[in-house]
Amino acid sequence: MSAVQETVTEAPAIDAVPKRAMTLGTGTSLVMLALLILVPLFVKNFIIFQLTMLLIYGLAVLALNILTGGSGQFSLGQSAFYAVGAYTSAILMEHAGVNYALTLPVAGVVCFGFGFLFGQPALRLSGVYLALATFALATAMPQLLKLGVFETWTGGVQGLVVTKPDAPFGLPMSQDMWLYYFTLVITVAIYIFSVNLLRSRSGRAFMAIRDNEIAASAMGIDVALYKTLAFGVSAGITGVAGGLGAIAVQFVAPDGYTITLAISLFLGMVVGGVGWLPGSIVGSAFIIFVPNIAEGISKGLSGAVFGVLLFLVIFLVPHGARQVATVAQQLLGKLKKS
Amino acid sequence: MELFTNQVLAGVATGAIYACMALAVVMIYQAIDHLNFAQGEMAMFSTFISWQLMQWGVPYWAAFVLTLGISFAGGIAIERLLFKPLAKAPILTNVAGFIALFAIINSVAGLIWDFTIKQYPTPFGSSPFLGSQLISTHQAGMIGVTVLLLIALYIFFQFTRIGLAMRAAASLPESARLVGINTSWMIALGWGMAAAIGSIAGMLIAPVVFLEPNMMGGVLIYGFAAAVLGGLTSPFGAVIGGFLVGIVENLAGTYIPGVGNELKLPIALALIITVLVVKPAGLFGRPIVRRV
Repeated sequence: MSAVQETVTEAPAIDAVPKRAMTLGTGTSLVMLALLILVPLFVKNFIIFQLTMLLIYGLAVLALNILTGGSGQFSLGQSAFYAVGAYTSAILMEHAGVNYALTLPVAGVVCFGFGFLFGQPALRLSGVYLALATFALATAMPQLLKLGVFETWTGGVQGLVVTKPDAPFGLPMSQDMWLYYFTLVITVAIYIFSVNLLRSRSGRAFMAIRDNEIAASAMGIDVALYKTLAFGVSAGITGVAGGLGAIAVQFVAPDGYTITLAISLFLGMVVGGVGWLPGSIVGSAFIIFVPNIAEGISKGLSGAVFGVLLFLVIFLVPHGARQVATVAQQLLGKLKKS
Repeated sequence: MELFTNQVLAGVATGAIYACMALAVVMIYQAIDHLNFAQGEMAMFSTFISWQLMQWGVPYWAAFVLTLGISFAGGIAIERLLFKPLAKAPILTNVAGFIALFAIINSVAGLIWDFTIKQYPTPFGSSPFLGSQLISTHQAGMIGVTVLLLIALYIFFQFTRIGLAMRAAASLPESARLVGINTSWMIALGWGMAAAIGSIAGMLIAPVVFLEPNMMGGVLIYGFAAAVLGGLTSPFGAVIGGFLVGIVENLAGTYIPGVGNELKLPIALALIITVLVVKPAGLFGRPIVRRV
């Protein structure tokens, strides 16, 4: 219980932003979008691949952000949903020969159902207890995927190889570049969907539950329904990200979806700022590039360097990128006044 | 029947380890209301320290006691340096802190002692215990040490002033402060004791799972399962939970077809979720009461 309240008082998620700040925010996002569109034209294929992963993890972090920042629930088990999405896409593509683009909505729907069902027992839990239950889910997932019963479908320990799609209509693009733009379109669409979702009736219901469950139910909000719904939506988006991830990496295997992935996504959310959707991409950049930087500083100590950097973030900017953005905005405002 | 008794006894032996881990988890949970996700790594690091001491020629029991002391000091140091400043931070920040601690300890241990699997000695030997085929001397030793530890902890908490002060600080911090208890240091003491208890679990399980930086991963999950089963608010419950989880794990592995070794973690998962759904407070925990 206290957990929920703390996240709330410390980080009010989507607050009413003043008009001028809004235009500033819109300007920044347009510049970001332009950069995301233009940069791949000038870089090598490997970097395009990394940017694709940046978007995919960004989506997964965004999904967690809707769950935690929106409805105040909390999950260390996102890797399980990511794995289910990835496997759904891979199995549909390799065993049923479905087109890759069509597998993504299926992955989303399957994960929505899975998340919705998992949300049922999770209803009775909050704070640490929920963290623990989802943590256990993420830990058990790789073992469940290795089960002999599903082996004809999942390929067991070996996993499945996924073919990378070519650019359609004879477009003169490399596979990586096509996949990047494909991912970008989906990411932007889901981002817009999420922003609107949080502003809609359902989104306000999420936030009312997050802020005070009892008051929310007194206002006539079906707390159980909206809490499981938040789990479902979050899992669905994570599933789409998982499907995209499977296509981008061209491979699914149980050991690719361990608890480490769930922890990374969680850290991405904390670093990006809980409840601040644009922070998702910053958080995703943190979890993709910082381990590389850490490895660059010291090969054997990469985990330690990563941990130390994380402690620095926690101590210096506890609200993550959101805090940096707010400070920057205030500074800009002061400059304009003077 | 012999197989059954055998499996139950083996379950009690591993359960002793889970009981220690659960106890360590519950002690920190009582003190600061957070689950220490790095508990297993702290125990692993302590075990490596004891191994290093033995490599330098320190006899087993001397190394055991020295490691307890070092772990105790280490636990206090971690609380003072890293988690005391986070006491008022939101729960998410704390979880991130525990994960950072996890990464740091795991990586440092890997760098100092590398990731190869090492043999770890047992002071009890591994011959059959009292001539019976049911249980080995090391398993009997594991149970014995855990029982001694529990008796010592019981005496500490029930019959010493400082144990009473710790209990007071955990259950009603504000009132405890009013009667002059330094609650901040009680929390640090709780961390130190949790680290020491964890190190005992690590040193006892190391001969079974072998010594390497990732050795405590599975054990920690079972420790969590045990703590949840017994109730996160009850140290006594955590211990009972530990033994129960150990027995259930072994029996399920033996009698449910298709479970075997790979499905042992999902069993812990199923256990955690079932308990949380059916009886969130655990067997012996205080039920969670919310004020409307």
